Amino acid sequence: MNFPSDLKYTKEHEWVRVEGDVATIGITEFAQSELGDIVFIDINTIGDSIGQDEIFGAVEAVKTVSDLFMPISGEVLEKNDDLDSSPESVNSDPYGAGWMIKVKMSNPSEMDGLLSAETYREMVGH
Amino acid sequence: MKNTALTSVHTALGAKMVPFAGYNMPVSYEGIIQEHHTVRNDVGVFDVSHMGEFLLEGEGALDLIQKVTSNDASVLIDGKVQYSCLPNGKGGIVDDLLVYRMSENKYLLVVNASNIEKDWNWISSHNSFGVKMTNLSDDTSLLAVQGPKAAQALQALTQIDLGSMEYYTFQVGTFAGVNDIIVSATGYTGAGGFEIYFPNAVAEQMWNAIFEAGKDFGIKPIGLGARDTLRLEMGFCLYGNDINDETSPLEAGLGWITKFTKDFIDKDYLLKQKEAGLTRKLVGFEMIDRGIARQHCIVKDENGIEMGEVTSGTQSPTSGKIIGMAYVATPFSKAGTEIYMDIRGKLMKAVVTKAPFIQK
Repeated sequence: MNFPSDLKYTKEHEWVRVEGDVATIGITEFAQSELGDIVFIDINTIGDSIGQDEIFGAVEAVKTVSDLFMPISGEVLEKNDDLDSSPESVNSDPYGAGWMIKVKMSNPSEMDGLLSAETYREMVGH
Repeated sequence: MKNTALTSVHTALGAKMVPFAGYNMPVSYEGIIQEHHTVRNDVGVFDVSHMGEFLLEGEGALDLIQKVTSNDASVLIDGKVQYSCLPNGKGGIVDDLLVYRMSENKYLLVVNASNIEKDWNWISSHNSFGVKMTNLSDDTSLLAVQGPKAAQALQALTQIDLGSMEYYTFQVGTFAGVNDIIVSATGYTGAGGFEIYFPNAVAEQMWNAIFEAGKDFGIKPIGLGARDTLRLEMGFCLYGNDINDETSPLEAGLGWITKFTKDFIDKDYLLKQKEAGLTRKLVGFEMIDRGIARQHCIVKDENGIEMGEVTSGTQSPTSGKIIGMAYVATPFSKAGTEIYMDIRGKLMKAVVTKAPFIQK
């Protein structure tokens, strides 16, 4: 499985890409593979300031629903509106077209506590 | 955890395996949605060997079946199958099942995997008719070959004229070179097709023969995930979700298999319930607002008052609509009624809809 080395990861299977003080967040290839066919991304937190490890939305697969957790604290600036019509992008391109939200980080030092690609890969055993 | 005779085949195919009813079962191979479309449009094969099979033999077999089931098995003739349920003596359902009449004094009951032991004990406890009961579950494999191309795909394997078999009939014959195989024109998908019962010893031989015969028809293996979306599009009940020990067959919309013209367990109770009027009913629904209402989601009225609970819900791969089934208070059970689902704390609008949810 692919876990790009320039991203940071969480135990809840989100990834984070940082550009300046903005973090882009999605779920990992492992997460999408465990969920199966994704049919709906439910995010209603745009404009909200949300703390680390708190819920920012949910991802609905055919068989199951899973909460989405903030890897880092911050304000949700925008969500990926393309996922409304193409939620399957999360399956096919989890680190690209399948990104979920952009967040203005309120405490960038939290990034230091996230997992490297290597550590995350060991955790999921792939 | 139990395996079926085909577990190693599924694993070799790369299936995602999950525990289901105590069995290690394939939930999907290439993705639930793709597998769903394969069955609706072409033909697919489910290993459902976890299902239970009981053989009932003897002069009292029909009497026992008439006592424990709600449908009228006396109308069966050899080669006919009947959908039925086992009332639990307290107004609920022990299980739903298929009843096969093999011959005058010989019947096969096919029950849900999760209920094999419960059903066996329940039926045994009412066997005051001297019926010889044999639990074939651990020795019997079952493949459901489902889809509009199923008859064509399998025809090369048998002399039985598959295309002319009527729904809910079966024949016993030679299939893929093996004698005494039950070929049943039944299924849980609404896509047409067959369920084939055979001994575990020939399971791999059967699997390989079916895939060889079906390769020109695009035959593929299908997991339990698509089995669930396919049955839900048809509005078929799933035991443990839509029916259970607390739901009555009448509430579940199974009045059509509850025959008050014969005597059976719970007849008086259910007759009284029918005469008094049902307080809740199992209905289909489609979401209007965007959200998936899943099992145990609370159903409310427009004022936010709780009046029901979702039993099954998913996105229909065929229509793209969010569909499901729910018990609602009777005043809200009419098709077209607006109801509200409490999804993660938000009220989302849905409308009561008569199943099936797709046009065949």
